[in-house]
Amino acid sequence: MSDTHAHTVRFVRETMLPPQDPPSSQIGMVRWGRENLFDGPLNIILTVISLLVVLFLIMEMGPWFANSIWNANSLTECRQILDGASGACWGVIKDRWPQLMFGFYPPELYWRPVTALVLLFVAISPVLFPSVPKKVLYFTMVYPFLGVWLLWGGTIWGPVSVALGFVLGYVLVRATSQLSTLLSAAIVVILPILYWLFLAGPLVDALSAIAPLESQSVPSREFGGFLVSLVIGVSGIALSLPIGILLALGRQSNMPLIKYVSVIFIEFIRGVPLITLLFTASLLLNYFLPPGTNFDLILRVIIMVTLFASAYMAEVIRGGLAALPRGQYEAADALGLDYWKAQRLIIMPQALKISIPSIVSTFIGLFKDTTLVVFIGILDPIGLANATRASSDWQGIYWELFIFIGAVFFIFCFSMSRYSMSLERRLKTDHR
Amino acid sequence: MEATQDRSVNRAQMQVSDEVAIQITNMNKWYGSFHVLRDIDLTVNRGERIVIAGPSGSGKSTLIRCINRLEEHQAGQIIVDGTELSSDLKNIDKVRSEVGMVFQHFNLFPHLTILENLTLAPIWVRKTPKREAEETAMYFLEKVKIPEQANKYPGQLSGGQQQRVAIARSLCMKPRIMLFDEPTSALDPEMIKEVLDTMIQLAEEGMTMLCVTHEMGFAQAVANRVIFMDQGQIVEQNEPYEFFNNPQSERTKLFLSQILGH
Ligand SMILES: Nc1ncnc2c1ncn2[C@@H]1O[C@H](COP(=O)(O)OP(=O)(O)OP(=O)(O)O)[C@@H](O)[C@H]1O
Ligand SMILES: [Mg+2]
Repeated sequence: MSDTHAHTVRFVRETMLPPQDPPSSQIGMVRWGRENLFDGPLNIILTVISLLVVLFLIMEMGPWFANSIWNANSLTECRQILDGASGACWGVIKDRWPQLMFGFYPPELYWRPVTALVLLFVAISPVLFPSVPKKVLYFTMVYPFLGVWLLWGGTIWGPVSVALGFVLGYVLVRATSQLSTLLSAAIVVILPILYWLFLAGPLVDALSAIAPLESQSVPSREFGGFLVSLVIGVSGIALSLPIGILLALGRQSNMPLIKYVSVIFIEFIRGVPLITLLFTASLLLNYFLPPGTNFDLILRVIIMVTLFASAYMAEVIRGGLAALPRGQYEAADALGLDYWKAQRLIIMPQALKISIPSIVSTFIGLFKDTTLVVFIGILDPIGLANATRASSDWQGIYWELFIFIGAVFFIFCFSMSRYSMSLERRLKTDHR
Repeated sequence: MEATQDRSVNRAQMQVSDEVAIQITNMNKWYGSFHVLRDIDLTVNRGERIVIAGPSGSGKSTLIRCINRLEEHQAGQIIVDGTELSSDLKNIDKVRSEVGMVFQHFNLFPHLTILENLTLAPIWVRKTPKREAEETAMYFLEKVKIPEQANKYPGQLSGGQQQRVAIARSLCMKPRIMLFDEPTSALDPEMIKEVLDTMIQLAEEGMTMLCVTHEMGFAQAVANRVIFMDQGQIVEQNEPYEFFNNPQSERTKLFLSQILGH
């Protein structure tokens, strides 16, 4: 070895080589195809089979999509137009569009849910996109009350008096910051609850008597279609994250009472199917509530869906917390940050970041689970699809309706998934 | 070990006053039934630079972590700057805001920039206005010689730079006492020097320092007292020259021969 080396060791380059293009078999489509589709007999066979399957699907479904009929008011009319050929009768979507969207919401008030939806995007924009000015967050805080009023109508003092309870809570947080954490937490929780239970009602009556600011009220039973899915889904998502965070922290708490309440809650809810919770919401709660109380069905469903999702959320976030090195807690402690500040500034931002994929999966699951409300008689898109198929005009149609509903759900869920991926990329600061 | 020898250390400013900074009396700590710290008595005066040495598992980390209550002691008394550490949260917060701590693994906050790492505690604990906190942060970044990294994230810095940021982060709280737990143990040899230089500079400015380290060169150059621990007890303490050249206990001799021997 050493003697072959001896005469190659001395070397001086005299002419520099210009750069050249790689050989054509090594670039672009050709190379990609060779490396990924046709390397070896097994892959060649799999590629050919896949191509055949794709071709078959196109041949089968292509004509059906190509012969789409949009202008037909019943299945019979659609079949006449098709005249024996295979084709999709999208006319049903057009015919039942308002119902699929709004259920039996009064048509002259459609502008209210539409406005609520547009404002929803405004309200979540500062949360989703860092380029939106932070001042918009004030609107985000007002939005839940405004949204409720837009959707259900009635006196404006209802949402306002509920909101006042939160303002009271905030003022109390400020006022009790000098007291010990436990005492101030108790005051901050108990006083607003007392207010909601005993003061809020009379306050609404009094204010309505003085200034009757009312819009036409729409009862929950008139809600339906994607309006219901969105109302339940968005409220569930917005509420389950903070509740999940508190439960996850509760589960890690040193205080036995808080710890065991959290553990029991999480394990109980996770051990029960959502559908039983929904039946509980629709049937049993009536037995427990004082007679005469009119506790809105959609509100009950939102509570159940939220509780369900927050138990899962708590476990997802606990996973994120467990992934954080102990040193992060210690550094926060050593700098003198108290528990809540450390959680808010150091621990949660990192734990939530780690859990983004699972959090969004939970959100997506929750949103899709809203279709279960069909079993307790709420007319969500699935419920309306069933009703449509039972009507004399559209008896016998199903593909078109379910493809449409599936597509709408897909759009929402896919956007959530895409957004979460871009968020992960944006928050990636660890440069590993 | 040789790291400090090419820098002349100015001991002029390193004056020990009569004022007591930390007073530990009869302190004991258990992990479950395991007696980690046994009858620790230690008085640290303001301006002292103390190096704590000892074999692995002897309780060095546990001792200094008790001083800012990252660990709780079960018996005895720890008084830091006149405040006794007990379960009273107010006292703990007070002590922690006056005692800075530097960890072996830096423990910077990876989701925040260097500047945000430095300003976080002053803004949220000391309620310093943001502008002022940033000025202070830049001042200390200059001091540890990495002002140009202010807007990077910790993950983009070398180990030595991260540790200097961690020191600067503690200094931003204007602590009167600094605790170091093996600040150079996780670093490559060429980075150890830059961190030790920063610590020497701090000592020259009169900071009270407690330092767990295996850098005996640093101990000789900077410390005014070396404490040797074994099995949760303080076995020997002395001024550095005597400690290294004339150790009294057998354990100390064995330990020194092991770490200086090769
Ligand atoms: N959280 C804990 N629970 C139980 N035992 C612990 C815990 N932390 C440390 N110990 C034990 O306490 C003893 C002292 O640990 P400590 O970390 O203080 O040692 P050390 O002197 O700093 O060692 P090193 O030089 O390896 O850092 C060790 O035996 C260790 O196993
Ligand atoms: Mg240690």
